[in-house]
Amino acid sequence: MNHVERVAALIIASAIFPCEWAGKFLARIAGRKAAAATLAGLVMALAAAGLNAQTDCLACHGDKTMQDANGHSIAVDGQKFSASIHGSLQCNSCHEDIKEYPHPGHIAPVDCKKCHADEGTKLAGSVHADGKDHPCTSCHGDAHSIFPKSDARSAVYPLNIPKTCGTCHGNDGMAQKHGLASVYPHYIDSIHGFALSKEGLLVAANCQSCHGSHGILSHNDPKSPTFKANIPKTCGSCHAKIEDDYESGAHGHEIAKGNLKAPVCTDCHTAHAILQPTESEFRMQSTPICGSCHKDKLSTYRDTFHSQLGSLGGYVETARCWDCHGAHQILPASDPRSPVAKANLIATCGRCHAGANASFVQYQPHANAHDRKLNPALFYVRLFMNLLLASVLTFFVIHTALWLIRSRFDQVKRKSANGGKNA
Amino acid sequence: MPDQEQLTIEAAQQKPAEGRFFVRFTREQRYMHAALFSSFLGLAATGLPLRFSESIWARGLAGAVGGFGAILFFHKFCALVLSVAFLIHVREIFLRGIVRREKGIFWGSTSMVANWKDVKDMFGHMRWFLGLGPKPQFERYAYWEKFDYWAVFWGMIVIGFSGYAMWFAPFFARFLPGWALNAALVIHSEEGLLAILFIFSIHFVNTHLRPDSFPMDMVIFTGVESEEEFAHKRPIEYARLKKEGKLEQRIGTAPATWYVNFSKIVGFTAIFIGLTLLVLTLTAYFK
Repeated sequence: MNHVERVAALIIASAIFPCEWAGKFLARIAGRKAAAATLAGLVMALAAAGLNAQTDCLACHGDKTMQDANGHSIAVDGQKFSASIHGSLQCNSCHEDIKEYPHPGHIAPVDCKKCHADEGTKLAGSVHADGKDHPCTSCHGDAHSIFPKSDARSAVYPLNIPKTCGTCHGNDGMAQKHGLASVYPHYIDSIHGFALSKEGLLVAANCQSCHGSHGILSHNDPKSPTFKANIPKTCGSCHAKIEDDYESGAHGHEIAKGNLKAPVCTDCHTAHAILQPTESEFRMQSTPICGSCHKDKLSTYRDTFHSQLGSLGGYVETARCWDCHGAHQILPASDPRSPVAKANLIATCGRCHAGANASFVQYQPHANAHDRKLNPALFYVRLFMNLLLASVLTFFVIHTALWLIRSRFDQVKRKSANGGKNA
Repeated sequence: MPDQEQLTIEAAQQKPAEGRFFVRFTREQRYMHAALFSSFLGLAATGLPLRFSESIWARGLAGAVGGFGAILFFHKFCALVLSVAFLIHVREIFLRGIVRREKGIFWGSTSMVANWKDVKDMFGHMRWFLGLGPKPQFERYAYWEKFDYWAVFWGMIVIGFSGYAMWFAPFFARFLPGWALNAALVIHSEEGLLAILFIFSIHFVNTHLRPDSFPMDMVIFTGVESEEEFAHKRPIEYARLKKEGKLEQRIGTAPATWYVNFSKIVGFTAIFIGLTLLVLTLTAYFK
C-alpha cells in the first residue's frame, strides 16, 4: 500500500512539477533514495495537506530501504507501528519538531518524558541516567514497535527481559568499561534463568524483579532493592516464608541490627548464578561460603569424616553446615528451637543416622584434636598416633637406608648376593 | 659395571632353575598374602582420597576408582575381605597353637613371637650397617619380618575396630562414649597412613627392593627358594634343618615358568600401585 502510494505521489509530482530531471540530478549527488523521498515528501506536503499524518509520513518512511545521509535506516514498518502500543498516535505526537513539509534533515530525538514523566524522573536518578544511546529504546526496543510489557512481542516482556538486559550485561566489554561483571550467562544458567527460559514461568525472577526497571540503583545505594540490607525483603517478595525464617534467625537479627557483615540471601546463594540447593554443585560450593566467616568451624569440620567424604564431590548426602544448623532460621545451640540444641540432637543426627542415641550424639562434629582443653581425650589420642607414626617411620627409614647402602657396598665389593635365585 | 652385572643377573633369571628348591611358604600362606595385599591396595586407593580429600588428586582418584559413590563401597568391600582373611588367620593360629598344640607357634626358633635373639640381631644388624661388626645370622623369621607381621596384626585390629566403629556408629555408640567416635577417625586415618607409608616404603625396600632380593622376592608367590638363597638369607635355619636332618622334608619343586611370569606381573603391578600411592600421599602430606 505504502509503495503504491509513493509511486502515485511520484506520478502526481512529475505531472505538476516538470522537474523530474532535477530529482534525477539530486539522486546522482545525494543518493537516489533520499532524493526521491525528498521529492515525494514535497509533493505530499503540498498536494495532500490535511491527510492522516501517519499515512503521509509512511508514504516515504514506509520504504524499508530508506536511509538518512549517514546510512542509518529511517524506515518505519507501518503495520508493526499501528499494532504497537503507540499505534493510535500521530508521528508528530512524538516527533514534535516536524510541523510541516519539507521537514528539516536533522530532527530532535524524541523525548518520551513528555508523556512518561514518572519513568523519566526515575531513569534520571538511576544508574542508566548517563546512557549515550536513547535511554528508552535501549530496553524497550525499536521505537516504532513498542508493545506493552504483558505482550510477548515486547522487549520487556518477562521472558524477554534477560535477553534485553543481557545485550549490555552479557558481554565482557561492559566489565571493562564499567567494572560490572557479565551477569547474563550466570543468570541464564541459574534456577531462575532455567525456570524462565526453559519452563517459561512468568513468575520466575527476571532482572527487573530484583533490580527494578526505570529507577535502577547501584547496590551500594541504601535505597536500592539490591542493597545488602534490603536483599531479604527483595527476595522475600517471592520467597515469603524463607524471608520470615531468615529474619527470625541469627543472620537476620544481625542484619536488622545494622551489622552488614552478616550474610543475606545472595551471600550463600549468589546473586545471579543461583542453583537449586539440593544440587551437588551448590552443596559443594556453600560450605566454604559459611566458612569464610566461621573460619574455626570450617577448619574443625574439615577434620571430620563428613567433610572428607563431602569434599570429594558428586556426593550430596554427607552433612554440610545447613544440614545440621538449618539454612535460613539459623539459631544458636542455646536456643531450644535450634536443630543443634541439645534436646534436638537425636532428631537432627537421626535424619541421616538411623538409630542415633544419646551417646551417639555426643560425637562432636567440630572437635578440635589440637585443643587440649576443649577435647583432651582426642588431643592425647592424636598425639599418641602422631608420635607412633613419627617414631616408627623415623626408625625404619634410617634403618632401611643404612641397610641399602651397606648391602650395595657389599654387593659391589664382593659381586655377590644379588637377586633371588628362587625363581 | 652395574649395568653389565644387571644383564648377567637377568640372564641368570631367564635360565631354567637349577638345583634344589626349598619350601618357605605354604599355598595357604601365599594366598593369605595375596588376599592381604590386594585388599590392602584397594583400601589404600579408596582411603587416601578420603584422608586427603582437599588435595588436588583426591577427586580425580575418587573418579578413577569408579565415581564417588563407589569409594565407600569399595573401601568397605576390601575391609570385609581383609577382615575375613584376618579371622581365617586367627583361626589357624588357634587351631595350630591351642587345639593341635603344634610346637613352635608361640615360642622357639620358628615362632613369630619376638625373642631375645631378635633384639640382639637388630642391634647386630645395625652395627653391621655401620661396619662395626659381622652380619648377624638369621633364623626362619628375621626381626624386621616379625615387625612387619605384628605391625600388620596390630594395624588390622586398630584400623579394623575404628573402621567398624564408624561404619556402625549408632551401634557402637551404645557402649562407647561420644568422643570415641571422634577418636575413631583420628586413629583410623593415622594408623592407616602409617600402614600405607610403612608398607609402600619400608616393607617394599626391606623385602623386595634391597640388593639381596632386587627387584622382587618371588618366594611369597612361588613359595620356594633356591638352596643357595635359603642358605644365604637364613643360614641358622638352614644349618638347624640340616643338623636335625629335616632339610629334605622341605624340598619343593621348581616353579613353572608361566607361574613365575604371572607372579611377576602381579607383583610388579602391586609395587607400582603402591609406589604411586606413596608419591601421592607424600605430595599431599608435604604440600
